[in-house]
Amino acid sequence: MPSDPRSFPMMSRRALVQGGAALAATAGLGGTAQAAKDTVIGFIYVGPKDDYGYNQAHAEAAAMMKKMPGLKIVEEERVPETDAVSKTMESMIKLDGATLLFPTSFGYFDPYMLKMAAKYNDIQFRHCGGLWQKDKNPMNTGSYFGYIGMGQYLNGIAAGHTTKSKKIAFVAAKPIPQVLINVNSFALGAKSVDPSIVTSVIFTGEWSMPVKEAEATNSLIDQGNDVITCHVDGPKVIMETAERRGIHACGYHVNQAKLAPKAYLTGAEWNWITVYKSFVTDMKEGKPIPNFTRGGLAEGFVKMSPYGPGLSEAGRKNVDAVKAEMMKGGYAVFKGPLKDNKGNVVVPAGKALAETAIELESTNYLIEGVNGSIG
Amino acid sequence: MSDSLATVLLAMLAGSLRVSTPFLFVSIGECLTEKSGRINLGNEGVLVLGAMVAYATSYETGSPWIGVLAAAFAGLLLGALHGAVCSLARVNDVAMGIAIMLAGTGIAFFFGKPYIQPSAPLLPGIPFGWWSGSSQVQNALLVCPLFLLGIAAAIGLHWCFNATRVGLRIRIVGDSQDAALALGLPIDRIRFLATACGSALAGIGGAFLSLYYPGSWNEGLSSGQGLMAVALVVFARWNPIYCIYASLLFGAAGALGPSLQTVGITWGYYLFYAAPYIVTLVVLIITARGGRSLAGMPGQLSIGR
Repeated sequence: MPSDPRSFPMMSRRALVQGGAALAATAGLGGTAQAAKDTVIGFIYVGPKDDYGYNQAHAEAAAMMKKMPGLKIVEEERVPETDAVSKTMESMIKLDGATLLFPTSFGYFDPYMLKMAAKYNDIQFRHCGGLWQKDKNPMNTGSYFGYIGMGQYLNGIAAGHTTKSKKIAFVAAKPIPQVLINVNSFALGAKSVDPSIVTSVIFTGEWSMPVKEAEATNSLIDQGNDVITCHVDGPKVIMETAERRGIHACGYHVNQAKLAPKAYLTGAEWNWITVYKSFVTDMKEGKPIPNFTRGGLAEGFVKMSPYGPGLSEAGRKNVDAVKAEMMKGGYAVFKGPLKDNKGNVVVPAGKALAETAIELESTNYLIEGVNGSIG
Repeated sequence: MSDSLATVLLAMLAGSLRVSTPFLFVSIGECLTEKSGRINLGNEGVLVLGAMVAYATSYETGSPWIGVLAAAFAGLLLGALHGAVCSLARVNDVAMGIAIMLAGTGIAFFFGKPYIQPSAPLLPGIPFGWWSGSSQVQNALLVCPLFLLGIAAAIGLHWCFNATRVGLRIRIVGDSQDAALALGLPIDRIRFLATACGSALAGIGGAFLSLYYPGSWNEGLSSGQGLMAVALVVFARWNPIYCIYASLLFGAAGALGPSLQTVGITWGYYLFYAAPYIVTLVVLIITARGGRSLAGMPGQLSIGR
């Protein structure tokens, strides 16, 4: 339970600790070993950085950056999407000397990051999520994101080859476009193997609610679903429940094979190091860091987990083949004619939506063959 | 349709058996504490700390049952701290409870970091569904021994309150400080012990979360269940037997949302997720009519005075 930062109008915990360290340094009690020319980069996470999920994906990339020369990485986890994040950003800028900040959670952007960007206009801010607009937002800010829907399409193919009951399942957090794209992609991937496969989706309503996620997973398994994937912040409980109940699972965010060694088929993972490395390279070469960055499998923003033992040879070949097509770029998962699960045409015949298509950003339907509703 | 209904009912039964245990332990623990005239809102923190300690101990020793004991002991210590501080003059037990809650979660998050990634051995379930050929029924009736222990503890506590000297003393201290003074009862000591033992029970509830269902340790594990269980005590009218019903009802109502979605009733799931709270509200409104204090409430509770 995050405490309300407004009730503590002092400094954040972090600022206090670091202030103390700075004081100690000036008093000659100890020094920070940081070389003056190191570039300091700050990462801010909304949850624990070892959640086997969204935050861990970023933290894994940050850990790789720590090994690169000339960089100093500072991190803070469990920062709520409130004024607390402003304080974290400010202390990273002022006390750590950060010149590039990555506030990675959706709710950090507006107003917290934008306000900080206006106050410190020589500092670069890049937000993970996708809201930056050229005319509206300052030029020292920007956003980056990955198209992971294709990864869920490949998950769907793996699931389609594995399911015996022809029923597969998706535990989703909230019915927002990014989640719905993943559900639809997963279902389409499975239907590309066998059109009769039905995908059941349950929305838990929260990004992280382990007991409800376990309850949803058990309910879906009781209904005969035998492959499951998800879009929640920390898929740990879902993977472990699938393993315990003896069904198969496809991962999301990071590689969860360790949690479900028998159940795990493959998984759609973020590969943020690609983005962060390119930003750092730009910075070192004195080039401006791009304000709007997007990419998918082909660009290396997204990757697939190694196959688990449950995926058949035919399944592996099929996933490999489609992945090879995707790596060429411009692959479209959403090809018309496509209907939603209420019978309305959502993609007309002859039209194909690649992952970059702007129409997908306003997805508000579940495609035919998905058992569930967004209402 | 009848098939779907059977599915939903089975899911609610399974849910009430799976989800209710932490509610049960925290609510009977809180019931014991409140019967002695003190409130312990810190049981949310105890629940989280218990979950972490149980998981860590089970991982380090390889025995989940030692984990359960360790969780109870951690709860006992945190409860003892609450009990001791509240014995001081003019300490507000509600405010102190919130401090204990934050301290418990903070300690658990701090020491729990290294245990998020590893997998600890979990408690085994007792297969009461062996007679059935259906895997759904078998899974629904796979009951954690802690659940049975919780039921036994609730019944034992009920018997203790109504039929033993110890129980009578706890009730006197909780109902009327004047009467307790007149009888020469050691009020502070009784409240201290009731608080510590109550929190030990809540700690076992935490062990259930991390060692049985959902069966892993992470920082979002409790998501407020400890606080809800404190409210359940009011709902259960400070009666341990009613605590069992209230916990089962909460568990079943919590399973309603997901299971309705799996059988195709997909509208309004936010509403179904709110079912446990709506039930609580309705029962409170029906039972707490105008003017008088809640039936069954111990007279010395700070919220009632």
